[in-house]
Amino acid sequence: MNNFKNVWIFAQVQRGRLSPTALELLTAGRKLADSLKEKLCAVLVGYHVEPFVKDLVEHGADVIYVCDAPLLENYVDDVYARVLADLVAQYKPNKFLLPATNLGRSLSAKTAVFVGTGLTADATEVTIHEPDGQLYATRPTFGGNLMATITCKRTRPEMCSLRPMSYEKALAKPGRTGEVIHFAFDAKRHVSAARFIEFIKSGAEGIDLAEAEIIVAGGRGVGKPEGFVLLQKLADRLGGAVAASRAAVDNGWIDYRYQIGLTGRTVKPKLYIACGISGQIQHMAGMSGSDVIVAINKDPQAPIMKAANFAVEGDLYEVIPAMLEELK
Amino acid sequence: MHIVACVKQTPKSDQVKVDPVTGCLLRSGAASAMNPFDEYALEEAVILKEQLGGKVSVITMGPPQAEAVLRDSVARGADEAFQLGDMAFAGSDTWSTSYALAKGIEKIDAEQKVDIVICGKQTNDSDTGHIGPQISAWLKWPNAAFVKRIICATENFVRVERLTEDGSEILEMPYPCVISVVKDINQPRVRSVKGRLAAKRVQITKWTADDIGADKSKLGVKNCPTNVVKSFVPKREVCSVTVSGVTAQERGAKLVALLKENNCL
Repeated sequence: MNNFKNVWIFAQVQRGRLSPTALELLTAGRKLADSLKEKLCAVLVGYHVEPFVKDLVEHGADVIYVCDAPLLENYVDDVYARVLADLVAQYKPNKFLLPATNLGRSLSAKTAVFVGTGLTADATEVTIHEPDGQLYATRPTFGGNLMATITCKRTRPEMCSLRPMSYEKALAKPGRTGEVIHFAFDAKRHVSAARFIEFIKSGAEGIDLAEAEIIVAGGRGVGKPEGFVLLQKLADRLGGAVAASRAAVDNGWIDYRYQIGLTGRTVKPKLYIACGISGQIQHMAGMSGSDVIVAINKDPQAPIMKAANFAVEGDLYEVIPAMLEELK
Repeated sequence: MHIVACVKQTPKSDQVKVDPVTGCLLRSGAASAMNPFDEYALEEAVILKEQLGGKVSVITMGPPQAEAVLRDSVARGADEAFQLGDMAFAGSDTWSTSYALAKGIEKIDAEQKVDIVICGKQTNDSDTGHIGPQISAWLKWPNAAFVKRIICATENFVRVERLTEDGSEILEMPYPCVISVVKDINQPRVRSVKGRLAAKRVQITKWTADDIGADKSKLGVKNCPTNVVKSFVPKREVCSVTVSGVTAQERGAKLVALLKENNCL
């Protein structure tokens, strides 16, 4: 086990874009690497991903493993997981962090079985347990009602997927240098029976929820589909994104992809503005990790009002226009 | 078409309490039910059966009382039910659980060839989303997670749409394969009278670790790769400010000022 060295992060690239989670993982990974006195390495898999090498090095990676091939242009679980498993077998990392994005959740799970090691899902904090150098990954469970710290004692690397927005993005140091190691794609080994057909862009414009620093969410109190236009106005003004509770989605006012909560998505923005959302435990499970929560609700007794940092009693159709006026 | 749906009995999300001292889940007293995400997996399996013919087998790993979730699955349209029960499984993490389920599915497959395994996106009690992809890894079958739609399923392949943060992706897989589905995929139906009767009569096949030929050194709390070292109730000391103002408009304006003051905007 002692020959497993260095902290790895998976730098997700999709549709020719480096995911901001890569920079968050570099922050988390840097702390681990420094505490272990080991190197921080980034794994870059895809097609035409070479331009991101410089980005990753400037943001703190000491070594970049690059696997670049036309067959890696789109994400297919088996193909990527086989590449990662082969990389791990050859270079033997000590810790391996991936983003808990849709892609990362699935990829980390499959890779952990191919590698034969333990994986912690959706952690919000990772630290090194000094006495033995183990990775302690802490994650919310049971919809955020309980935190569990998980270790992987006997196998390496210790793998972990990290919830987006749990760490700040690493800052760039222009001119910083690092080592690049090219890893050959093997069309015989890195294969899948699954075939990627096409990508369909979401109709929605603007910022994705997982990356939004400000989210304006609407619930039952929005009352009608047109209400989300008002929420979108506020989100646009604040440079944020719109989301919804299950009630709003089930009423057909907004698409499922915007649903926050146990049966939807989990977000961790800097500011979460809950409009007309009562704050059921299922909804709280998806957003209680937000840095600051604002609740706008007609009912002062709604559970969300107690969970919020700023509680505003009132009709969202009166409060939001007043906010927009103030923000002019 | 032989479809296997994976289900788990979990405590109902809104009924779980945490012991504030030990940080342990107080499961006793909390009503158990089918993991809500598995309802969509099972429903999709039943829809496929109705479209293409064949049968739905349902599998779970769990203690004796988990039999209830299998009977409930039959009430919702499953035909056969398999329960993996053995002290050797107790305390398994996702790596070990997916291994046991994969061994169980392998045995089902040996008796009657399996075409598709369908899992829920995750469970409501551990939220990992690992099981679908990991079952597929053990079986060396292709997989897709976060599936929001089965576009078409023929005799030879299935075409699915999976959700990504920026849109969706279409994938095609031959059988056998594994998919994990999200809530958006369907609207689970209510249990039929016929189903309820079938649920009472169904013979549940029960297998131990030995029955499925599982390597016990890969199972249970002592052998699984990850362990919980501690659990605790998150501190929720909310510094809550009720925004003052006579009218809703005043409070809205005040909120903006407060957010600016606190560097939230």
